[in-house]
Amino acid sequence: MTPNQRLEQLAAQLRERFAADGCEVEEGYAEVTLTAPRDGWSEIAPALRDEEAFAFDQLVDVCGVDYAGFGKGEWATAEASSAGFGRGQERDGELDLDSDKRFAVVYHFLSVAHNNRLRVRVYLDPEQPIVDSVVSLWNGCDWFEREAFDMYGIMFSGHPDLRRILTDYGFIGHPMRKDFPLSGQVEMRYDEATRRVIYQPITIEQRPQVPKVVRNEEGPSREAADA
Amino acid sequence: MPEIRNYTLNFGPQHPAAHGVLRLVLEMDGETVERSDPHIGLLHRGTEKLAEYKPYNHSIPYMDRLDYVSMMCNEHAYVRAIEKLLGVEAPIRAQYIRTMFDEITRILNHLMWLGAHGLDIGAMTVFLYAFREREDLMDCYEAVSGARMHAAYYRVGGVYRDLPDQMPRFENNGFRDKADIDRLNRNREGSLLDFIEDFTQRFPAMVDEYETLLTDNRIWKQRTVGIGVVSPERALQLGFTGPMIRGSGFAWDLRRKQPYAAYDQLDFDIPVGQNGDCYDRYLVRVEEMRQSNRIIKQCIKWLRENDGPVMVDDHKVAPPSRQEMKEGMEHLIHHFKLFTEGYCTPVGEVYSAVEAPKGEFGIYIVSDGSNKPYRLKIRAPGFAHLAAMDEMAKGHMLADVVAIIGTMDVVFGEIDR
Repeated sequence: MTPNQRLEQLAAQLRERFAADGCEVEEGYAEVTLTAPRDGWSEIAPALRDEEAFAFDQLVDVCGVDYAGFGKGEWATAEASSAGFGRGQERDGELDLDSDKRFAVVYHFLSVAHNNRLRVRVYLDPEQPIVDSVVSLWNGCDWFEREAFDMYGIMFSGHPDLRRILTDYGFIGHPMRKDFPLSGQVEMRYDEATRRVIYQPITIEQRPQVPKVVRNEEGPSREAADA
Repeated sequence: MPEIRNYTLNFGPQHPAAHGVLRLVLEMDGETVERSDPHIGLLHRGTEKLAEYKPYNHSIPYMDRLDYVSMMCNEHAYVRAIEKLLGVEAPIRAQYIRTMFDEITRILNHLMWLGAHGLDIGAMTVFLYAFREREDLMDCYEAVSGARMHAAYYRVGGVYRDLPDQMPRFENNGFRDKADIDRLNRNREGSLLDFIEDFTQRFPAMVDEYETLLTDNRIWKQRTVGIGVVSPERALQLGFTGPMIRGSGFAWDLRRKQPYAAYDQLDFDIPVGQNGDCYDRYLVRVEEMRQSNRIIKQCIKWLRENDGPVMVDDHKVAPPSRQEMKEGMEHLIHHFKLFTEGYCTPVGEVYSAVEAPKGEFGIYIVSDGSNKPYRLKIRAPGFAHLAAMDEMAKGHMLADVVAIIGTMDVVFGEIDR
């Protein structure tokens, strides 16, 4: 079987098995994506691992995604010919912070038996992003879930040891969220007067480098992203 | 009777055997490790966040700085992910050049690993030997890209430029006499391919040298046999990839199972271990160096016989030549747009993985149709391996912890990102 046929077969099997659970299956770029509902995830995950047709015995990667700024450019180019170009310096960029699809956890699975890959996406509640942990099913994802917690504040219920992992001891905030500035919120320096290292609000200003520009005929949409 | 309590021992971050900035908090019962808790993130630079604020091409040099001993493999995963998004395919000659440099990188990485691992558990000499060969390979890096380590040589749509016809030579200087310089220049008379071919002729004998020092060495075996045993089932469950899973006897290699670049055209073997201990992983990596050497030879042969472009002829993603740019208005516009704004990818998401020397190095990109990645996730093999530290070290002696860190081949550039 060619890789493409395997993919189509996998997508068909996923559709047949999980359509009743409210899952959607999409194909694109020679990859299969399954969008699972957050309350059904704890039943779907064991099926993906144990059922003969899927046998996803390795969890390669877990990560969070924050869709708050999805498709929002900083540089309007559509009406530029009459009004002239802006400089792309406006950084206010309305973020879509309470969208129902703001946070997602994305899992990448690998089936060693069938040589297949699968991506699973679970959208989370924007106020309280909580999802069931799968550490007991795939022991290797312990640190990956801790990282998603650290970077996005996504909670994994049932995780044995959900601590921060990459950021500093005592760090405040979740740095990969779109409303967290690139330059951070605090800076650290040695204070001569108190003779110790202190934290203070940042004094540097974020300068625009290359503006983000979205060039897409129909304009981007989340639906297109899911395709 | 006095109360007996477990010791808590801090290992690193400033410890020569911690391979960079690993802080291990060990709970000891005498000399035996009861529990280990690695604290990572001391080298966290926020590569993923930085990439969200830059056009795609600007992040290629960041990839070199992730796993800073297997630079080009990281670039390969990144440019392949973008090529997948754009639907661009690099020309066949570029694919072979990438394959050859991936394997050069694998040898570079395994030599670094062998030297450092040996040094950690008491074998001094092999470190000096390994670095002698690394020097030649880094000269190859320098010849194609101008940089010895952080090359930024792979680009979206191919590689930056074709292989040079002239290998750079040492010049006369006040520090070496003429005879010495002539000796150093002996294998640099021809092209880069001649130099690499000369290396591949010499290299198997050098691997024999390392093996003479280690493979049957009683002390080496005492330090590695039966240490850090991982069963194939556990290796799969813990997300191991690369030599870590192959050392446990699982013949899983992306170059064979999900071939990319020119790997499906080449002949090579996948070494696997049997016992899943540090010694087997050592044997697997040494054999991988020999196999890499074989692949490089085949690539040299192909590259000598076939000429062609090394970059796609699409100026939306690849810059036009200097000459064209000076003469043509359209080329000038392409050049300007490419270097100021970059290119916009279609909306979508891709995951692309390569078999890096340490395991599966994956790049997951979410694109919202703009000139910057909306989300870039770097899946580093060492991250999954180090997460298994607690399980692998439990019940071993303190000195074995050093052997286990060594066998995982941890590099903090990729783990902390």
